[in-house]
Amino acid sequence: MQPDLTMRNGESIPAHLIPVLDFESLRTFLVGEMRGGGRLAALFGLPPSPGTGGAVRLLAVVARDGAGILRPVVSEACDRYPALTPDLPQAHLFERELSEQFGVTPVGHPRLKPVRYHAPGTLNPAAPAAPRPLPADTDFFRVEGDEVHEVAVGPIHAGVIEPGHFRFQCHGETVFHLEIALGFQHRGIEASLEGGLLGPLAAGGQGFGRIPHFMATAAGDTTIGHTLAWCRIMESLSGTTVPERAGLFRLIALELERLANHTGDLGALAGDVAYLPTMSFCGRLRGDFLNMTALLCGNRFGRGLVVPGGVAFDADPARLAELRGRFESTFRDVEGAADLLFETPSVRARFEHTGEITRETATALGLVGPAARACGIARDVRVDHPFGAYRRLAARAASWPSGDVYARAFVRRQEIRESARLIRAALDLLSGLPGGDIRHGDAASWPRPLAPESLAVSLVEGWRGEICHVALTDEDGRVMRYKMVDPSFHNWEGLAMALRGRAISDFPLCNKSFNLSYCGHDL
Amino acid sequence: MLRAALERLRQKRRTVAFPDGAPNLPDRLRGLPVIDAGKCPPDCLAAPACAAACPVGAMRPGLGLGGTPLVDLGKCLFCTDCMAACPAGAITFGRDYRLAVRKREHLHFRGEALRLAEALEKRTRKLFGRSLKLRQVSAGGCNACEADLNVLTTIVFDLGRFGIDFVASPRHADGLMITGPVPENMREALIKCYEATPDPKIVIASGACAISGGPFAGLPESHDGADAVVPVDLYIPGCPPHPITALDGMLRLLGRIKKD
Repeated sequence: MQPDLTMRNGESIPAHLIPVLDFESLRTFLVGEMRGGGRLAALFGLPPSPGTGGAVRLLAVVARDGAGILRPVVSEACDRYPALTPDLPQAHLFERELSEQFGVTPVGHPRLKPVRYHAPGTLNPAAPAAPRPLPADTDFFRVEGDEVHEVAVGPIHAGVIEPGHFRFQCHGETVFHLEIALGFQHRGIEASLEGGLLGPLAAGGQGFGRIPHFMATAAGDTTIGHTLAWCRIMESLSGTTVPERAGLFRLIALELERLANHTGDLGALAGDVAYLPTMSFCGRLRGDFLNMTALLCGNRFGRGLVVPGGVAFDADPARLAELRGRFESTFRDVEGAADLLFETPSVRARFEHTGEITRETATALGLVGPAARACGIARDVRVDHPFGAYRRLAARAASWPSGDVYARAFVRRQEIRESARLIRAALDLLSGLPGGDIRHGDAASWPRPLAPESLAVSLVEGWRGEICHVALTDEDGRVMRYKMVDPSFHNWEGLAMALRGRAISDFPLCNKSFNLSYCGHDL
Repeated sequence: MLRAALERLRQKRRTVAFPDGAPNLPDRLRGLPVIDAGKCPPDCLAAPACAAACPVGAMRPGLGLGGTPLVDLGKCLFCTDCMAACPAGAITFGRDYRLAVRKREHLHFRGEALRLAEALEKRTRKLFGRSLKLRQVSAGGCNACEADLNVLTTIVFDLGRFGIDFVASPRHADGLMITGPVPENMREALIKCYEATPDPKIVIASGACAISGGPFAGLPESHDGADAVVPVDLYIPGCPPHPITALDGMLRLLGRIKKD
């Protein structure tokens, strides 16, 4: 059976329409989709429905970027099944996660070990009991030999940065293999979202309780991105249309988040190759973008700005003029700082051919965001699956083919310019719209009843890449499964591949060029 | 080289005037909450709508001035859910950025003046007053607290001019700056890092997570803050704290800011 159901980004559909495949058909379907240019946006377990004998089902969401469509499929119960990863490298971490969360076994998975090192089977009441592992306590892949040595770094790193453990197999300076063990940041967000909209979260508060805070802190530097993905799920399942003015504010907030982080990344990359002028400029300029977000809502990371139905803060013409003025001045300074960086031969010499990954590797791993675009793969949710104001102000995807640190830096530079274009266009449109219409219904009208037995998928292009949220509701309209995929979940393996055969002294620069989220991965 | 110098001239000096001058803060900053007891409807005080609306249970009915709720600033996420829930408009969030204190109970804000952080004791102040090296440990922090601590080292805040610096090893450090709720998977690493820091040492907990667990308080993976694991000398509230709030707290700890 070849499933033909498609949906679009931000749509919700009745759950009974999702094609149900037996496991081998799922494999055939997924492998075929990947060959045809598809990509695994999400693959995760569904808890056994009560009274069905306790078997876990699998839900996959395939993104066909070129066609702008999503194809969800469910497979039948599978407590033990032949692993997908040997045929489908993109499934590698998803299957490990599935195994850890649900206690099922993908037989033949080449690297079946924990992802987050929490108590096994937390999302499956029927999972077999197993002891909790210690963090990063696993059998790391080892290269043996008299002249081979192992370097272990972390969990606590040298900078002001989140924790994670890196294990290098080295021959002299050369890295044969890097294995990355995360999970130190695991706070249990996904497990806390189980059991309905208000279930365990009713521990405090009303309305959405702590859910907006979990979204804002899933990856705190991506507060707008994750919050927006969640709001669009709530809006989709409640049939809510967001006012145009709110959509434009959302676009501005998401692009300011991108600008702040991309600018910070250019500065950090400059710092790692000891080019101090751009490092110093960008450290300041990053904060100037955060201050623009604070101009809108009082918080530098946009906490509380994006809410279901729209945004919580309006801006009068004077505030918009202030924003425009600050933006133009900051953007000019960013251009100056970036010009210095890219025109300096010693910087280019360090960036070029460092940490290269091929387009084939990036495609096989399913990389997203600037890391993918730096391998010449111009995938961008804003372009391929446009949402909100991006349907009106068409974004253009950046791309650069060389797959090295230079490409990852240069893609960010291009994206800074594109974000500037989008923000200017959004500000122009805002000035022609009447103020006040920033949210569908007042705060008291939320939470709203959600469509029962439905599936909703929301993709947002965060600054690191595709943020994917998937929700399934039960017969009472409660969320029975909420899945969040941070772009870092797709991309950490890309960093490991970028180091292969490289000097270990290039690790900080390579790491910075990806700048992935630890907590977004660990949730 | 010349281009870099010209660009530097064009972009000008950008270090903030604080602490000698007033900080430049956004007009919508959500700083210290203000509860106007006069506006609180008397029938509301026993079971206030604001306290019920707080997603992290930061408000305790009846313990503040005039029977208003007490606000635990160590739990507060400054999200304004309480403000929205108040039928009388009695709650606002002011622009007072000074929030850091020395003891956990000093964050129980009753509506009186906050007991802001006092300077270190004479001996430690003599040791650290002009040179304080901190090891930052993110223990489940979401990278917002971390980012806004990192920003202190940029030319805008120029932490180095106060002799404060973040260092790469606990062996080089005079203390720890902890962010995040301390998830189970970071508990042991945090303890080891604390033990590796030579005595005498200080510990700073920055952000609602590191003080109380923040939004993760009570979750099975969370230890609900740094002081469940190590003793804390300075608490900096916020989600995340504004960099000026953090800087103000550190300078008070070192006796560099004395005024209330």
